[in-house]
Amino acid sequence: MEWGRILSDALQAGFGAEAVIFALAAIGLNVQFGYTGLLNFGQAAFLAVAAYGLATTVATFGLNFWLGLAVGIGAAVVLALLLGIPTLRLRADYLAIVTIAAAEIIRLLFRSVALRDIFGGSDGLQAFADPFYRLNPFEGPIGFGPLTFSNPLGWVVVVGWVLVALSLLVVWALMRSPWGRVVRAIREDEDAVRSLGKNVYAHKMQSLVIGGVLGSLGGFIFALWQAAVSPDTYATNLTFFTYTVLILGGAARVFGPVVGAVIFWGLLSLLEGTLENATRIKAIPAWLLDTTQTSLVRFVLVGLVLMLLIVFRPQGIFGDRREIALDAR
Amino acid sequence: MRRAVTSLLGLVALLVTALIGVVAAPAAFAGGGEGGEQITGLLLFVPEQGDPQRIEGVTITVTAEDGSQIASVQSNAEGAYTVPLPGPGKYTVTLEEGTLPEGVTLRDPDAGSVETVVNPQEQRAVLFALGEGTRETEGKGEQAIRLVVEGLLFGLLIALASLGLSLIFGTTGLTNFAHGEIITFGAMMAFLVEVLVPRVPFYDTIAGLPVLSSVGGLAFLLAAVAAVVLTGAFGWVQDTFFWRVLRRRGTGLIAMMIVSIGLAIFLRYSYQYFFGASTRSYASYSSQAGLELGPLSIAPRDLVAMGICVVVLVAVSLALLRTRTGKATRAVADNPPLAAASGIDVDRVISVVWVIGAALAGLAGVLLGLSQQVNFQMGFQMLLLVFAAVVLGGLGTAWGALVGSLVVGMFVQVSTLVIPAELKNASALAVLIVILLVRPQGILGRAERVG
Repeated sequence: MEWGRILSDALQAGFGAEAVIFALAAIGLNVQFGYTGLLNFGQAAFLAVAAYGLATTVATFGLNFWLGLAVGIGAAVVLALLLGIPTLRLRADYLAIVTIAAAEIIRLLFRSVALRDIFGGSDGLQAFADPFYRLNPFEGPIGFGPLTFSNPLGWVVVVGWVLVALSLLVVWALMRSPWGRVVRAIREDEDAVRSLGKNVYAHKMQSLVIGGVLGSLGGFIFALWQAAVSPDTYATNLTFFTYTVLILGGAARVFGPVVGAVIFWGLLSLLEGTLENATRIKAIPAWLLDTTQTSLVRFVLVGLVLMLLIVFRPQGIFGDRREIALDAR
Repeated sequence: MRRAVTSLLGLVALLVTALIGVVAAPAAFAGGGEGGEQITGLLLFVPEQGDPQRIEGVTITVTAEDGSQIASVQSNAEGAYTVPLPGPGKYTVTLEEGTLPEGVTLRDPDAGSVETVVNPQEQRAVLFALGEGTRETEGKGEQAIRLVVEGLLFGLLIALASLGLSLIFGTTGLTNFAHGEIITFGAMMAFLVEVLVPRVPFYDTIAGLPVLSSVGGLAFLLAAVAAVVLTGAFGWVQDTFFWRVLRRRGTGLIAMMIVSIGLAIFLRYSYQYFFGASTRSYASYSSQAGLELGPLSIAPRDLVAMGICVVVLVAVSLALLRTRTGKATRAVADNPPLAAASGIDVDRVISVVWVIGAALAGLAGVLLGLSQQVNFQMGFQMLLLVFAAVVLGGLGTAWGALVGSLVVGMFVQVSTLVIPAELKNASALAVLIVILLVRPQGILGRAERVG
C-alpha cells in the first residue's frame, strides 16, 4: 500500500480545484439555504449558465474574455430572477421540485442537438480558456511542501482561493448588516417578518441573486480548470454534492462551506485512493470490489453521509443547532 | 426492548440479504463471459407481402480484433442468436450469406459484416436487416395517433408510480425523492428473478406442463409477479425500519426530504454496483411486430401493459373508495391528526400506503423495463416527470395523481410533433413550472395557500 502517495493526493484534493469549485458553490448555497432557508436544488444550473455564458461568448461568438465573464454573471442574475418570480411565494418542497426541474431544463437545452451551433451539444465547447492561462505569472510548480500543484493547475487553484476569500468577505459583511438579520429572520418565521413591515419577497429574491452569483464563480473556475464546458457535468449530482459539503461544514456559518469542501474532498480522495490501491494489489477480493466499481464508492458514500448528517448532526461540524433551517415544515 | 430486537432482526435480515446479493447477483447478472458480455440478435425477414418471418439456421460468426474466431452459432427457431464472449472489446460479427434460405437476402449486401465494440458486462445487440424493408413514412395523422397511444401508455406507467408518491406525501408529508429508486428496484428484481428462476430444479418440468407451456415467457411472468411482491416488501421495510423511526424522532419534513435525497443517491449507485452501468433487456425480451388496428400499429406487448395498468389502477381506486382501509387512507391523507383522533390507526395506514405505493412503483418499473430496457438510472430519469404529474394533479390527492400523470404522459409524447424529441422531457417540466405559476395547488387540489 502506497500510503505516502495516497495521503499526499488526499491533501492536494482537499485544497485543489474541485474543493474550490464546491466551496464557491456552497458559499452561494449558504446564502440561499443556510441563511435564508430557501431550498434551492438548482445550484448546478447557476454554475452551468455562468460557465456556458463565458464559453459561448468567447468560443461561439469570438468576443472578449472579460465580456464573457460579465455575460456569465449576468446570466446567473437573470436565472435567479427567472427562478425566483414563480417560486418564492411557494412552499419549501415546491421550490425544491421547481428548481430541480429548471436545472434539468437548462441542462437539456445546453445538450440539445437543435442548439448545437451555439452550445456545442453533448460535446460542449472548448476554445475559450486561453486568455485566462496567458495571465499566469507563475513558472514551474506552485505551492509549498506537500501542497504543490503543477503549472497551470496551480494558477487555477490560486485564483480560485482568492475568489473564495473575497466571497467569504462579502458573506461576512452581508450577514453582519441589517439585511443579513432580516434574511435570517425570514428563515425562522416569515410571517413575523412580514408583519413587521419588511418586504419578504424582495429579500428572498435578493438572497437568491446574491447566492446565485457567488455560486456562478464556481462555474467559472470549473470551466477554466477543465478548459471546456460539457452539459453533463452540471447535472443534479453537482447540487447534491454541494448540499453535502454545506451541511457537513455547517450551514449558516461563514466558513462552513469552505471547511466542508476541504474535508469532503480530502476524505473522498483518501478513501478512493485507498480502495483503488487495495483492489490493485488484490488486498480486497475482486468479487467484492473490482477496479471499475471503486468510482461508485464516492456516490454511495455521499448518499450515506448525507443521510447520517441530517439525522444525527444537521448542524454539521461548525454549525449552531439553533440556526439550522431543517426543522421547519 | 421488543422494538430494539425487531430493529436488530431487521438490520440482520438486511445485511444477510445484502451479502447474498453481493455474492449471487454478479453471478446472476453475468450471462456469457466472466462479465456477462454477449452478442445477441434477431433475424426477421420482412417480405414484400405477408407477415415478417423469423429465419432459422443462419450462421453467425464472431471474430475478435486479432482475427481469431470466437464462435460460430446458428439462429434458432425464433430467429434469435446469442454468442457469449470471453470479455469486452472490439469484435466483428458476420452473417454467412450462404446459409440464408432461398429468397431471403440482406437488405444491404455490403452490411453482412458488422464491427462493434462491447463494453464490460454489456449484452450488445447486433442486427442484420433482411428483405426489402417496409420503411413507410408516416403521415402526420398517423404519427399523431401513434403518439397519443404512446402517451397513454407512458401516462399509465407514470400513474402507477405517482399514485404511491402522492399518497405517501398525503399521509406522511414526505416528498420522497427516493421513489425513482423503488421503480428501478422493481425492474431489477424482475431481471434478477427471470435469470435465476430457470436455474431452480424442476423448473423445466413445471414449464413443460400442458397448461403452462402455452403461456409465453413463463419465467418473465413469474419474475414480474415476484418483482411486484418484493418491491412491496421493500416499501414495508423502508417504512418500518427507516421512515417510521425518523418520524418518531420528530425529524422535520425538510430534513426527511433531504434524507430521501441521500437515500436515493445511496440506492442508485448501489444498483450500479450490482447491475453495472450498461442497459440490458429482459432475457425473454424479443422484438415484436406491430398489430395493425386500423390506422394504428401497436406491439401486443404494449397493449398488454396498458391493460394491466388500467386493471390495477381501477382495482386500487375501487379499494380506496370502497374498503375500510381505503377510506382510512383517504382520511389520513386528508388530515392525519383528525383521522388519528377518530380512532384510525395512522401507523398501520401509512404502512399499507408504503407497501401498495411501492408495489405499484415496482410494477411500473417492470413494465418500463419491458418497453425501455433496464438501466440503473431508469427510475431517477422518470422521477421528475412523476413529480410533475403529482404536482400538476394536486399533491396529496390520489385522483389528482392519475389525472396529472395522463396529462404529463400525453404531453411528453405528443409534444414531439412540434419540438425535437430530445427536449420532450424539458417541455413537460416547463409546463410544471407554468402550472405552479398559475394554479399552484394543481388541477384537483384544494385552493389553499400553498406558500
